[in-house]
Amino acid sequence: MIQIEKLRKVYRDRGRAVTAVDDVDLTVADGEVFGVLGRSGAGKSTLLRCVNLLERPDSGRVTVAGQDLLALSGGELRRARQRIGMIHQHFGLLSSRTVAGNVAFPLEVMGVPRAERGERVAELLDLVGLADHAGAHPAQISGGQKQRVGIARALAGRPKVLLSDEATSALDPETTASILALLRDLNRRLGLTVLLITHEMEVVKRICDSVAIMRDGRITEAGPVRDLLTAPGSELARDLFPLPAHAPRPGSTVVDVTFEGDSADRPFVSALAREFGIDVNILGGAVEEVGGARVGRLRVELPGGPEENAARLAHLRAQGLTVEVAP
Amino acid sequence: MTWDEIWPLLRTATGETLYMTGASAALAGVLGLLLGVLLVLSDRGGLLPAPALNKGLGFVVNIGRSLPYLILMVALIPFTRFVAGSSYGNTAMIVPLTVGAAPFYARLVETALREVDPGVVAAARAMGASRRELVVKVLLREARPGLVAGLTVTVIALLGYTAMAGTVGAGGLGYLAISYGYERFETKVMVATVVVLIVLVQLVQMVGDLVTRRLTHK
Repeated sequence: MIQIEKLRKVYRDRGRAVTAVDDVDLTVADGEVFGVLGRSGAGKSTLLRCVNLLERPDSGRVTVAGQDLLALSGGELRRARQRIGMIHQHFGLLSSRTVAGNVAFPLEVMGVPRAERGERVAELLDLVGLADHAGAHPAQISGGQKQRVGIARALAGRPKVLLSDEATSALDPETTASILALLRDLNRRLGLTVLLITHEMEVVKRICDSVAIMRDGRITEAGPVRDLLTAPGSELARDLFPLPAHAPRPGSTVVDVTFEGDSADRPFVSALAREFGIDVNILGGAVEEVGGARVGRLRVELPGGPEENAARLAHLRAQGLTVEVAP
Repeated sequence: MTWDEIWPLLRTATGETLYMTGASAALAGVLGLLLGVLLVLSDRGGLLPAPALNKGLGFVVNIGRSLPYLILMVALIPFTRFVAGSSYGNTAMIVPLTVGAAPFYARLVETALREVDPGVVAAARAMGASRRELVVKVLLREARPGLVAGLTVTVIALLGYTAMAGTVGAGGLGYLAISYGYERFETKVMVATVVVLIVLVQLVQMVGDLVTRRLTHK
């Protein structure tokens, strides 16, 4: 649905050049929720703004729904943008218009006749649960409601793609949860492909199918969330399950075990202890709900060196667990 | 002079002042709006960047702003004669009044437009809005409270300018105050014009504030 190839964006200001997006490749599949996770200044916002060409990349290709955006003329690009929804961290609502007026704005831009607009606006407000607030001005409603208006407005052109620029970063945790649930629901019901950028792990955990981690303008890691969580050396897993530092003792081996899905329900620690007649020391661990499934990571200490533990680790791996020997 | 003699004079003069102020405010309003929009659009990072045009416009606007009105009015006499066919009289005065007020309002328009949240403009661009729509439906519309507040200040400044116009061949309250109140020592006339001016300014401010408040949804 969205294909980004060799994208590069450099900001130049008085002779100084800052590379915000550095040779990024990214593919977002049809119907998935794709998250780009990174700290502020990592270039993710620039990356997102290059997808609908709010920023023009210096080089590379951007294809959305089969259309090469950089090849379009001004008018063609405006029409393409009408089919790419976007929501914003600070909502970007017109303060001079009512809630209904804001949702009507993209319809006016698209040239929808006035008679049809009213009906479509009502339909969209209903979709986001704001039918009762049509006549209110943005200043009179809460942050969560403002973002709902933003979402209704973004969906006006029946887009296939929704871009989300830190849409929940200005909201409290409860409101964040309800907005994420709404996005997830729209993704499923309308088959909407969502590309979102965020600095919140919570967002990735709750709604992302795939994720890319961005740092200093580059993607350092990308793929389906569940694959990444169990991939050895994954940054995402390390960030999601911060484990306490350990001082390795001589004659013992520290192992990180990642479990997900079925393997999360089996008592593998006590099974290991029984099977091999050893004591297993748990150093730390965390279990999280990711995309509706339980995923966890445990750091355990096993007696003996690497040779003695080879069979034990093989035993764990045979159960579908991801096992990494900590350095 | 008796009040019976003063009343008709005062009524005529007030009418003339309102005519000059109203006509020049309307013209300066349109011209200032245009200039202000051009200043914002042509700015570096604006919707239609044109640094040379921006610098040129800024320079012209600053010239208009740097001359005290009395001097501007006199310096413009040849231009006024060219445009209006005469350099004195109430209608001719509309020319220098407009030239004096337009740059003033242009700067206020520029400030009001810059106050518009860039995030809103970006959101509208992301929806596929054209430049014209961005200017008319987003920038000007969102800036309405600031535009009206600026126009209020401009109208009040124009009331002051028309009083000065009275000294170089126009009628109005300024002329009345100078020729009767000052030169003929008619204190009653002076007091009456001062009172009328104060009432006018208060009224303009009140109406301006009311409209601004109506348009503000913050």
